[in-house]
Amino acid sequence: MSEDPGVATASSGIAPGTASAQQPTVEDALALGLTRAEYELVCEKQDGAGGRAPNQVELAMYSLLWSEHCAYKHSKRLLRTLPTEGRYVVMGPGENAGAVDVGGGLVCAFKVESHNHPSAVEPFQGAATGVGGILRDIFAIGARPIAVLDSLRFGEPLDAPLGPGSGTRSRYLLDGAVAGIGHYGNSIGVPTVGGEVYFEGPYEQNCLVNAMALGLGEREKLVRSAAAGPGNTLVLFGARTGRDGIGGASVLASAELGEADEDKRPTVQVGDPFEEKKLLECSLELLERGLIVALQDLGAAGLTSSAAEMASKGEVGIDLDVAKVPLREGDMEPFEVMVSESQERMLCVVEPANVDAVMELCEKWEVNGSAIGTVTDTRRMRVFDGESLVGDMPVRALVDDCPLYDLQPVKPSAPIYRPPVASLAADTSPRETLLALVGSPNIASRRPLFEQYDAVVQSRTVRRPEQADAAVLALDRDPHHTGDSHSTGDPPPAGEGPIPALAVSIDCNGRRVAADPYRGTIEAVLECASNLACVGAEPLGTTNNLNFGNPERPHVAWQLTESVRGLGDACRALEAPIVGGNVSLYNETSSGPIYPTPVIGMVGRLPDARCAGRLGFARAGDTIALVGPFAPSLAASELAKLRGDRLPDGLPDIDIGAVHAAQFAIRGAVRVGALSSAHDIAEGGLATALAECCLAGGLGADVRLPATGDGDPLADLFGEAPGGFLISGTPNGVSSLGRRTPVSVIGTVGGDSLHIGIGDLLLSVTLAELARAHGALAELFG
Amino acid sequence: MLIRPKAGILDPQGEAVERALPALGFKGVENVHVGRLVELEVEDPTQVEAMCEKLLANPLIEDYEIHLLNGIG
Amino acid sequence: MKFGVLQFPGSCDEVDALQAARRVGDAELLWHGQRDLRGADAIIVPGGFSYGDYLRAGAIARFAPIMESVIDFARDGGLVLGICNGFQVLCEARLLPGALLGNVNRRFTFRQVGLEVLNSGGSFTDGCALGERLSIPAKHSWGRYYADAETLAAMDRAGQLVLRYAAGENFNGSVHDIAGVSNERGNVFGLMPHPEHAIDELVGGSSDGLKIFESMRLTVEGARV
Repeated sequence: MSEDPGVATASSGIAPGTASAQQPTVEDALALGLTRAEYELVCEKQDGAGGRAPNQVELAMYSLLWSEHCAYKHSKRLLRTLPTEGRYVVMGPGENAGAVDVGGGLVCAFKVESHNHPSAVEPFQGAATGVGGILRDIFAIGARPIAVLDSLRFGEPLDAPLGPGSGTRSRYLLDGAVAGIGHYGNSIGVPTVGGEVYFEGPYEQNCLVNAMALGLGEREKLVRSAAAGPGNTLVLFGARTGRDGIGGASVLASAELGEADEDKRPTVQVGDPFEEKKLLECSLELLERGLIVALQDLGAAGLTSSAAEMASKGEVGIDLDVAKVPLREGDMEPFEVMVSESQERMLCVVEPANVDAVMELCEKWEVNGSAIGTVTDTRRMRVFDGESLVGDMPVRALVDDCPLYDLQPVKPSAPIYRPPVASLAADTSPRETLLALVGSPNIASRRPLFEQYDAVVQSRTVRRPEQADAAVLALDRDPHHTGDSHSTGDPPPAGEGPIPALAVSIDCNGRRVAADPYRGTIEAVLECASNLACVGAEPLGTTNNLNFGNPERPHVAWQLTESVRGLGDACRALEAPIVGGNVSLYNETSSGPIYPTPVIGMVGRLPDARCAGRLGFARAGDTIALVGPFAPSLAASELAKLRGDRLPDGLPDIDIGAVHAAQFAIRGAVRVGALSSAHDIAEGGLATALAECCLAGGLGADVRLPATGDGDPLADLFGEAPGGFLISGTPNGVSSLGRRTPVSVIGTVGGDSLHIGIGDLLLSVTLAELARAHGALAELFG
Repeated sequence: MLIRPKAGILDPQGEAVERALPALGFKGVENVHVGRLVELEVEDPTQVEAMCEKLLANPLIEDYEIHLLNGIG
Repeated sequence: MKFGVLQFPGSCDEVDALQAARRVGDAELLWHGQRDLRGADAIIVPGGFSYGDYLRAGAIARFAPIMESVIDFARDGGLVLGICNGFQVLCEARLLPGALLGNVNRRFTFRQVGLEVLNSGGSFTDGCALGERLSIPAKHSWGRYYADAETLAAMDRAGQLVLRYAAGENFNGSVHDIAGVSNERGNVFGLMPHPEHAIDELVGGSSDGLKIFESMRLTVEGARV
């Protein structure tokens, strides 16, 4: 091992005789996920003229911080094109979470993140720790988490049509992921209020588990993560550190999944929501008492990324002693302590005078607290093991100097995805087609999933799953102002006034994005905003999780580039800027990439929860109307999927302005209580949306649709497109929208069946038949 | 200590396991019950029974068995 | 009147219970680690996952210092309401007969359930009519009530079976569809559904839960007269 007299070498800190005393080679770097060129760059960056090779601790840290998951090597340049500023934005991308102003001195912090690869290996813990991680991002900025939503993708869950046993793995993953999300969210006392799940062949080998969380905090009390104040103390608090997830970031998230997944099991993190509940209360009380300067949670790459990012943002240095970290397992090596992904830990910067008070608070909440380091002005990250220096790196090199790569997008000249296996014959009657759609895995009731989630803890939930197109949460959880200990914000006026509320939705149809990454992504953003409009909410901001395949492949690069272009254009048009998000790449196996899946989460505000919209028909005799520039087409629809049609090359053009106008009109009508119900038309088209309104309201309907000349009536019934809404109410209420957007009355609520007439066709199904079909997913949860 | 559900009380976990085993090819399995294992080191082994009665098991719904692994017993 | 709402590490619905109690009287949180009930006229043991539900739900919370005071308070006739995890704690503490086992479907389930009042006029159901139907959310994975046949018969005779799931609404497999029970004296009551989440039509879908808190107030204020 070369001795450089100018720098204390790593070998002085590593016990003789252990395997780790060897100097790592370029082969080790490659095994950890770095490229040869990246390794050489690391050597250059490590100080000394001519550079020096990183030792084990340093190589482990570089390999994690320079992994795709941490450094966004292939996506950062693209993400810089997104709109991030807006009227309501208080905190944009770059912090633990984004935040928007919601009035009354309050902000709503929110973000979506993925935990895809760990969930494919161990779905319960993968999903649970995904929820844990996103919650920590929320309270790391000083907001109390108030809701969780999940966005899931699996392969086909039913054995038919591919044959016995073909759905087994997807059912196993679904079951585990839902149980894990429920376990974590329920135990920590945060309601899971919404979500979505899609089942498609391309997700069979690469499931997606995205978790979104929202929190409320006081605008003046938000905390950032930049470490500051040389001389200040670094305190690690929360759970003890073990070997969870060691190498997780570089081994799992930056590479395609291979055959040796069983071996990856020891690196899966195990979550403890009880520990996190204590951590949450401790963190919020530390912030409430003004005891900390900066706060950061430990997520992917553990202590390495938290400390390095805090130092980078603050333009300071950090000295850290691994011997002071409370450990769960004996004899952990320094590099293991630095890269461990043990859950439920936070890092904070504290002025020396406050350290004792911080420790007392940790004791009160029964979490481990330990002073493990100091902020310096050296701009270096120095890792000690007691007295020995075991790692010494420039902070810039670790965090900012990771190379960024340009994508090489090329539109594919041939289809990438196999057509879905057909499960519906082309000559099926419209009646049977409707029942098949309502019972199909992508449309059937999600009740068997969301009944595993507590949706009401914290007493804010005004609209629960399946009551409306978006979840609605009262801002003030104590509208009668009885003075509970968790209320935040200025005291509102007493008495029965309007109850301001938040609305939130999470959406993306990956198959439609695969057909047209640009327009499909715009549709996802519009879908979110339409869902918010149906409850009366105006969008404030957006978060996104980009789930894609291997970006080094030109066709995936094209999907990613086009998708981000669509995301930017849609968010600009709707004035719903991106406040934060996440990227998950390399979701791909030898059988190909997943559908490009830019999951969109959007938060909005409505002035009065008492007028929050509902999706179900409410009153016999109500008029039903179709609203908006709805131009349905069977291309890339659920019906096309059931028929086994290949994906089309491109989707029809979208008039974003016209859709925006329709959303505006719907929102306004809902807010003044002019409507009984409002529902956005999505998968399965108009007929499916009608069925959903009937089922939610327990009321039938009599509908007549105009025949569209030589058009295909099935396209009118089951075709999909953005910008279509179904509303019901009094004739006056319904027609009040007509000035801004197309409105056409199509029928009346009533009876115990759904009748749809179109041209010469009459489709009739009873509510009982619809309900039976709609309950299809119950059999997946034996 | 091995802690198991009292006989006669419905054990849905045990039933689920009993149903799952044949599906994996294991035949002739009956009477599956799922319980809990608590391991500890103690200076005075005579206290263990009281620990079970008071905290580690709920005698209303659980039976328990104490196994001394090493030491006097 | 004043309610004391216990707070353990892992309690989730304590603030919701506090808000509900404040609709009918004063209320404050009582920290698990100390023994002072601070003059509370009635105690609420709230829902959640105290101590992570480790070992058995409620098994560790029952030994908290605050519980020693609650046990004395109950023995002296004080009103104690246990909701969900609170019900589990009271059974573990032997303030209520029986035990709560895992749901037969082996899953956490959240559902608005219909409950029937089997015994009205007591300290917790004073405002309810016999046979009245209440709509209250239930959300738990360990809610299957169990007691042996002899105990159940005695409880039935003594009017201790207070609430039952309406037909078709029992998702956890509780024996005899039992949703809530009281002790012999009638001053301690436990139920798995969450009345604190049914005090407001807007967020609860019903305000039936308020009746239980209201009954407690009437009992305490009646006792003072």
